[in-house]
Amino acid sequence: MASNGIKDQVAIVGMGCTPFGEHWDRDAADMLIDAASEAYESAGVKPADVDAYWLGTFASGISGMVFSEALKTPYKPVTRLENMCATGSEAIRNAAYAVASGAYDLVMAVGVEKLKDGGYSGLVIPGPDGDGTESSMTAPAMFSLLAPAYCEKYGVGEGELKDVLSHIAWKNHVAGAKNPKAQFRKEVSLEKICNSPRVAGMFGVFDCSGVSDGSAAAILCRAEDAYKYTDKPIFLKALSVAAGPNEGFISDEYDFTTFQEVVVSAQDAYKQAGITNPREEISMAEVHDCFTATELVLMEDMGFSERGEGWKDVMEGRFDGDGAQPINPDGGLKSFGHPIGASGLRMMYEMWLQLRGEAGERQIKDPKLGLTHNLGGQPGRCVSFISIVGRELG
Amino acid sequence: MSGIISYGAYVPYYRLTRKAIGGGKGERAIASHDEDSVSMSVEAGRGALASSPAIDTLVFATNSAPYAEKLNAAAICSALDLPVQVNTIELANNTRMGLAALLLGTDLGKAGRTSLVCAGDLVIGAPGGARERDSGDAAVAFVTGPEEDAIARVLGRASATTEVLDVWRLPTDRFARQWEERFGIEVLGPVSLDTAQRALADANVAPDALASVILDATNSRDVAGIPRALGLKPEQVADMLAGSVGRSGVAHAGLVLAKTLDQAQPGDKILVLSTADGCDAVVLEVSDKIAQGRPARSVDQWLASSNNEVAYNTYLKWREILPFEPPRRPDPDRPAAPIMKRNERWKYAFYGSRCGSCGQGHLPPQRVCLKCRSIDEMVDERFADAACKITTYTLDHLAYSLQPPVVSTVVDFDCGGRLACELTDVDPGDVGIGDELEMTFRRFYTGQGVHNYFWKARPQR
Repeated sequence: MASNGIKDQVAIVGMGCTPFGEHWDRDAADMLIDAASEAYESAGVKPADVDAYWLGTFASGISGMVFSEALKTPYKPVTRLENMCATGSEAIRNAAYAVASGAYDLVMAVGVEKLKDGGYSGLVIPGPDGDGTESSMTAPAMFSLLAPAYCEKYGVGEGELKDVLSHIAWKNHVAGAKNPKAQFRKEVSLEKICNSPRVAGMFGVFDCSGVSDGSAAAILCRAEDAYKYTDKPIFLKALSVAAGPNEGFISDEYDFTTFQEVVVSAQDAYKQAGITNPREEISMAEVHDCFTATELVLMEDMGFSERGEGWKDVMEGRFDGDGAQPINPDGGLKSFGHPIGASGLRMMYEMWLQLRGEAGERQIKDPKLGLTHNLGGQPGRCVSFISIVGRELG
Repeated sequence: MSGIISYGAYVPYYRLTRKAIGGGKGERAIASHDEDSVSMSVEAGRGALASSPAIDTLVFATNSAPYAEKLNAAAICSALDLPVQVNTIELANNTRMGLAALLLGTDLGKAGRTSLVCAGDLVIGAPGGARERDSGDAAVAFVTGPEEDAIARVLGRASATTEVLDVWRLPTDRFARQWEERFGIEVLGPVSLDTAQRALADANVAPDALASVILDATNSRDVAGIPRALGLKPEQVADMLAGSVGRSGVAHAGLVLAKTLDQAQPGDKILVLSTADGCDAVVLEVSDKIAQGRPARSVDQWLASSNNEVAYNTYLKWREILPFEPPRRPDPDRPAAPIMKRNERWKYAFYGSRCGSCGQGHLPPQRVCLKCRSIDEMVDERFADAACKITTYTLDHLAYSLQPPVVSTVVDFDCGGRLACELTDVDPGDVGIGDELEMTFRRFYTGQGVHNYFWKARPQR
């Protein structure tokens, strides 16, 4: 029994990503065609060269035919999968294992979500039939539970924490402003962020990620084949997922200042990749900043900050674009947007650009290892995904 | 002989001042947006059942039945964790049916049966009218049975049935109508007095021996002549709570009786009379067991725990009289019948489970223990009356609600167990970690014609 990982066995050799945003003129199929086409072109392959597909979508369609009908792929295997907001990352993970096993030579992981046709505010989470006793908390309400708990545990004042959360939003908007594919491409002042209308608890509108449409895709092969397709492949160092037993809403020991699922998946990923000091060894990370407080707690759960110290690191600018460990250099869910099934692949897309030196004006200097973190669910009750990628083998 | 064994009352937290409606003194009780005659009757029933023997019959009276067709009392039965073998009777269509239900319960007591009698009403009047202004929402419950256990025994009773167009409402009408007052007084006044006199004669009690006289009627002036006709002193005539509750339909005579019993002494004789399309009257004598049958919370306590800062338009929204802009969120889904049935003990009676191996509490009940991973070692445990505290909370401005923001909490039960639940009857600005809460049975919403009942927490009242 072990999580052995597949370090350096699989490479990403091509990627595509649509702009994220309110695409009133495009449906899920359109966005899949755009993202997949860009990925084919990026890897220099034709659709016929790709042996199998993993399609991640949370609720924008059922079955692999969402993809095969859009792209008219001729009777190729397409698996549709879903793991809440970590859906896109799961597509990468499953596709990677398929090439690592030798079952296929060249595969695509693709994610898509069409959220803006619903006409609702915020995310609507479809569920199975119920008995009417389920909690009706909205996503911002669930994650807003983190803020007062953090204040209480670490003796941080509410006003002080609000500044920390606003800094995270500000930082991610600064990054998004430099990203031509981001949903929100404007810097927003700290004052405007801080005074935005309340949505839930301490969260204002600017503490919440964008609700968006979008798609992203990656083409993967075994590492030894990578240079057939590109001079600058990126190599998978670790892939880890942890699904929780709902500790948060059963156990009275859970205090809403951590995601145990993230702690476990991070430790597993570091072990697979051979990382002992993530604060120093990880050059940059795309993390699941669905809400500002989430990003704060993630810094501690992933070992980028000591427990209770993350808020200080945030305020000192450690995680800013020009900081020691840039977090969400592409703008994150906050300003790049969050089309559920595409988000995990969008995170990987930024790693792809950064590690290849193609991130333009937001390029981080000489990054070696990048991390993506994708989370689905709520504090105390979630699935967490972590990947580590690098530009070199070994 | 038979009588009342225990009782409980319920007055909702919110009040609407008559000033907010447009004039008049005092206030009326209003059910919150998440309450109805069933949920309020459950709350009253919990009070009555705290000190009572096994129930074999449930009688429910209401003129505001949540379902026109479907046994409303079944939800009460399930929420109160009464056995499935209970015989259920539902009475409706006339405000006198509350007292009629109590008399039926005492009659069944003579046959050796122990009944829970619930009467609950949510009285909606046409905006601007007297019925809106003078009515109230409340519930009351009595356990009735054989005399040896009674806190108040029946000494005598009388009834009358009158075919008269006084108060009426078609099934398709939202609001009841009432013929002109003078006519009702002329017809129902004499009927009421005659019934009172016959009940006193049946009980062999003289009017001056009465400690308290409760006179309830569709129009208070129908019975206004009775005190003088019987030669009663003002202190014998019970205050009908017009200034604090309003007339709460089928619940009202019983609610005032509950308040009277809260303060009664052994030996007190009480005349209860209710007039609507005729009259029922009963004479009761309080026994020396009275202290044992009183609920944990008196009517005065329910009255004292209140909030009268509800705007009139908010009330009209709660009653679906005033249309309003809904949030940009999907309408709530209706709950599914098979799942409600599978999870009935959780949804209605609020049973969780506790691990028989390690003691970890689970809400909702689980088969596998979170802590020790034992499978199928669980013991059912009812959390409805367990005390709990706020562990953390948030104000949700985005969630669908008739009273935003929704106060969402994570609560921990003192006996061990955690639940994420909504807080009700609370000022969002007045919530804090560590606040002590209690559970309350509510109607969350109605989705696609299905009422969704479950439990919320509220600050202790």
